[in-house]
Amino acid sequence: MKNISIEFPGVKALSNVDFSVEGGTIHALIGANGAGKSTLMKVLGGVYNHYTGEIFFDDEKVEICHPRDAKKLGIAVVHQEVDTALIPYLNVAENIMLDVMANEMGKKQFVNWKQIRDAARGFLKRVNLDLNVRTLVQDVSLADKQRILVARALAGKSDFIILDEPTAPLSQTETEELFALMRDLAQNQHIGIVFISHRLPEIFEICEHITILRDGEVVADQRVDSLTQKEVIEHMLGRRFSEIFPKSDVEIGETIFEVKNLSEEYGAVKDVSFSVGAGEIVGVTGLVGAGKTELCKTIFGAFPIGAGEIFLKGKQLKIREPHEAVRQGIALVPEERRKEGILVDEPVYINTSASSLHNFCRAFDFIDTKAERKAAIKLIDDLGIRTPSENQKLAFLSGGNQQKVAVGKWLIADAEIYVFDEPTKGVDVGAKNEIFELIGNLASAGKGIIYASSEIPEILGIADRTYVMYDQTIAKELETAKTSEEEILFYSAGGK
Amino acid sequence: MAATTDKTKQGAAKLLDFLSKWGTVLTIFILIAFFAQKTSIYVDPDMSFFDALRLSPFTSSANVITILRSISIVTVIAIGITISLTVDGFDLSVGSVATFADTLVISMFVWYGMETPAAVLITLFVILSVAVVNSFLIVKLRIFDLLATLAAMFIFEGVALTYTGGGSISQGMPRLDGTPTDGTIPEVFRLLGQSPYIIITMLVIVALAHIFLNYTKHGRYLYVVGGNEEAARLSGIPVKRYRTLAYFLSAFLAGIGGLMLAARIGSAQVNAGAGFLMPAVAAAFIGYSVGGIKKPNAIGTLIGAVLVGILENGLIMMSVPYYSLNIVKGLVLAIALAITYYRKTR
Repeated sequence: MKNISIEFPGVKALSNVDFSVEGGTIHALIGANGAGKSTLMKVLGGVYNHYTGEIFFDDEKVEICHPRDAKKLGIAVVHQEVDTALIPYLNVAENIMLDVMANEMGKKQFVNWKQIRDAARGFLKRVNLDLNVRTLVQDVSLADKQRILVARALAGKSDFIILDEPTAPLSQTETEELFALMRDLAQNQHIGIVFISHRLPEIFEICEHITILRDGEVVADQRVDSLTQKEVIEHMLGRRFSEIFPKSDVEIGETIFEVKNLSEEYGAVKDVSFSVGAGEIVGVTGLVGAGKTELCKTIFGAFPIGAGEIFLKGKQLKIREPHEAVRQGIALVPEERRKEGILVDEPVYINTSASSLHNFCRAFDFIDTKAERKAAIKLIDDLGIRTPSENQKLAFLSGGNQQKVAVGKWLIADAEIYVFDEPTKGVDVGAKNEIFELIGNLASAGKGIIYASSEIPEILGIADRTYVMYDQTIAKELETAKTSEEEILFYSAGGK
Repeated sequence: MAATTDKTKQGAAKLLDFLSKWGTVLTIFILIAFFAQKTSIYVDPDMSFFDALRLSPFTSSANVITILRSISIVTVIAIGITISLTVDGFDLSVGSVATFADTLVISMFVWYGMETPAAVLITLFVILSVAVVNSFLIVKLRIFDLLATLAAMFIFEGVALTYTGGGSISQGMPRLDGTPTDGTIPEVFRLLGQSPYIIITMLVIVALAHIFLNYTKHGRYLYVVGGNEEAARLSGIPVKRYRTLAYFLSAFLAGIGGLMLAARIGSAQVNAGAGFLMPAVAAAFIGYSVGGIKKPNAIGTLIGAVLVGILENGLIMMSVPYYSLNIVKGLVLAIALAITYYRKTR
């Protein structure tokens, strides 16, 4: 690929990227969140067709405008979310041969099932998977599903397979097994593999070549053994202009919130312990998929707690559902604002009172609408929410103002512990600073703040102390004042 | 040129908006005028338009009361459905619940010779078992509302039939084992099925439901849960509790509908309540759009029931055979659903 550029409204996602993979090698593609890894792979997979630049395949210039083109050339993508590509109630053979059946049936109307099953068995052998082809895919483990997708890629005569963060959901042994398969495919079957991962140790273990992207540009393209982990991180970060954070000097009081050996029932969070002091802002960072959101939701009772204890001001909390967490003084501003944080079709005043309606009730639970609206109007003034009135539907507010409403409803509810999960996602710079200011004010009022974000500069700017998550648990605790972006990223990527 | 087409477009959009808000009410007036004209021929075929409105048998006070009386049971059941709709659910079992309540209360009177208060209370208490089943299937086992209540609909249809031994119960009929009965249906209870009491009951229930849904914390929570369950949960609203509440209220109201039915017909008939399901669903969905509320609401449901009632009454007066009425009622439901969902997808 030469000189690949692509633009989206307002952003240049890739600029003049050169990228090449040889058959029979394993090639790493790495970059921080938003560096353009996925976009580049989508160009290669034919998802976007408005790119500029040239793509060569076996020294021949080709055009990829449609996923079909990519498949014809022999490029297959195995996405991180394997379930989106599989049909759960069809069996293994049907799933492996899906593309073949969809595109190569021609005029034939009847399926030769024996032929399909025999072919599928052959591909299963090539991905070293011992499975009855009549098993339904929904009964198969996640690691096996990945192999089924690789087998499908082989069935489509692919010479290049892109694996998008395949190891994120896998256990240690499953990862080892996947690596063995990747080596086998590359060395013995001459298949080129692009391996996208956030985990540095894995890249150094398995890849020969590495391409590092930063802000849509290639910053390094060389053999893996010519670099150290530290150098890779420096390349990923580069120099960034820093944002301005309102410095709040708050005396940090004694510990008010403590989590001991907390695990989510299904392993989305494993054995996490941490504490928050009064007036303290505690950062929780880590790469996408490290378990930040899961941790926030487990504390809040939105995910089932499997084991562990949670204490607020020395009292042990019993949390099975979010409403129990709210009653005991915990507030969560969730990551998926439109889906989880606000009621898009309701006006501002209904949103702002959603978590504290009992405070606006008279006898027999009748709502005192006047008081409710008054509180909404006061909040609109205090937070500078830009809306014509408290009756405006949230759908018509900008992302930043919606977020202020999502935070504001918890200010009215008056909690002790505020959990923020990626609060600046999709928020413009101005509103961002206002949200930081808000969080600073909460800390000044002696509340405990948990601030989860994968934006390391934000964590460095706002948090007093930071926990770095890796692989669903806390890998390292750091004093924010004494750490650096490099150090945080090092631990985020599984460094030890 | 462009400006004028823009203007007409704007005008058309405004008209469409007005129709989607007030089309139902408009339809009611049009239907009244239409039926009044059509039925005035029995009085005097050459009557003027306004005389027809005034003097037609369709608009006579006796007929107005007949219409109101005939819609009261449907309305009460439809209010139950409306409440299940507020949490984005759907209670299909209300027809069976009405049958079950009818059966139970008549058996209390005829078989056990009970007094009205005891019979009514026991019936309503037993009826809540349907809500227990519904909310267990929906909230605990997470079965789709529509399918779970479809199952409950069949279960309780069967329970009611089994209870009566597959037949009906009326005053003077012997019990299942052949022993004679001497229980009677009390006059006080029968009054519940007659106007004005049946109409008053309906209006009181509509008013209470309206107040509950719009002015109390619980009503607000029901709507919020229905609007976005996950956001409601993460706001700290006990979502499961409110979904359960919705199904208890819908079963309770369907139970009251069944009691009104029992008082009206004075016996327990096989599947007596089943016929109320369809018009009640139609009423609740017609009610969505009334006044541009775009949510299930009590007043709208009443208006929906009035529309269905007028249609039925008028068609009967025009000598359309009763067995063909379902065609019209089904079409009305289809139109109501079309208006609700057509606007939603835009």
